[in-house]
Amino acid sequence: MLDFISRILGRENTSSKNVAKERLRLVLVHDRASISPHMLNSLREDIIKVISHYMEIDESTMEVNLSQDDRDVALVVNIPVTKLRRDYADKGQGIQG
Amino acid sequence: MGEVIVVTSGKGGVGKTTTSANLGTGLAASGHKVVLVDTDIGLRNLDVVLGLENRIVYDIVDVTSGNCRLRQALIKDKRYENMFLLPAAQTKDKTAVNPEQMKQLAQELKAEFEYAVIDCPAGIEQGFRNAIAGADRAVVVTTPEVSAVRDADRIIGLLEAAELYSPKLIINRIRPRMVKRGDMMDINDILDILAIDLLGVVPEDESIVVSTNRGEPAVLDHNSQAGEAYRRITKRIRGEEVPLMDLDVPQGLFDKLKRLVGRR
Repeated sequence: MLDFISRILGRENTSSKNVAKERLRLVLVHDRASISPHMLNSLREDIIKVISHYMEIDESTMEVNLSQDDRDVALVVNIPVTKLRRDYADKGQGIQG
Repeated sequence: MGEVIVVTSGKGGVGKTTTSANLGTGLAASGHKVVLVDTDIGLRNLDVVLGLENRIVYDIVDVTSGNCRLRQALIKDKRYENMFLLPAAQTKDKTAVNPEQMKQLAQELKAEFEYAVIDCPAGIEQGFRNAIAGADRAVVVTTPEVSAVRDADRIIGLLEAAELYSPKLIINRIRPRMVKRGDMMDINDILDILAIDLLGVVPEDESIVVSTNRGEPAVLDHNSQAGEAYRRITKRIRGEEVPLMDLDVPQGLFDKLKRLVGRR
């Protein structure tokens, strides 16, 4: 009954335990996904190496980031392409790193 | 061959030393030959919690650096002659010992004792790496707070990276009244987040302050709720299956009235 009354008064939703749980969940998503800048950098170099086989890209404005919304983590890479040559398209299939 | 158990937490002040002292004393009280090792070099405390601070001659750094033999540095407990303390050094820092030396020390201790309980310093630096170096299993202590649970999560990751798999969790200082009001995370909330096995739950208890004041571990106090929790934890470490303590809040007048009216 006491629970019922407190629910009516709207205390249930704002109980600080739920706030704590939710904050923890968010902070742990971030903690567990944390990648060292060093690793992010070598990932970036590897991406450049692979992509360069197929097209010319602008390395200076390329962005590599880990982004997260509520519960998911995504690797977001933005690579401006400067040139797509005909011979890249032809060579495309056979090239290996 | 004995077993080396490291008690760790990441965050400071959650009760690692109290847990180590009670776990070790509990094991000694059930007849095992036990050694407690304080690896918090520069900030030694396990000696005072056990009431053995006046007996220290040599310390862990003396042993690992070859200044004395292991046997000379071990301090026999006042209450149990099958329990010993290897104290931390107070005037040196954590780099005075390295993980390789700790592994060797653990081997020596295992040859002599059934259980070696290692009290780990707070943090994730060399002191932590030293403490876990020779361990066979790990106990993670946390409290129902965001900061402590977060650090516990980090520690669990580091333990697994060091191939100390499936550490067990102790939730310390839980306040049943606050849990009931919804103002404190409960056991399941924390287990949900950390996803490891539970070793025990210790309620917040003033008797811990009193027992620490006296240098008498609460596990020996049969009137202490926390002491009862530690006795159960000790049994689980020995492999017995013991139910969790009943931490229900004593019924208030309102609950009694409800029951009287039969509205439950």
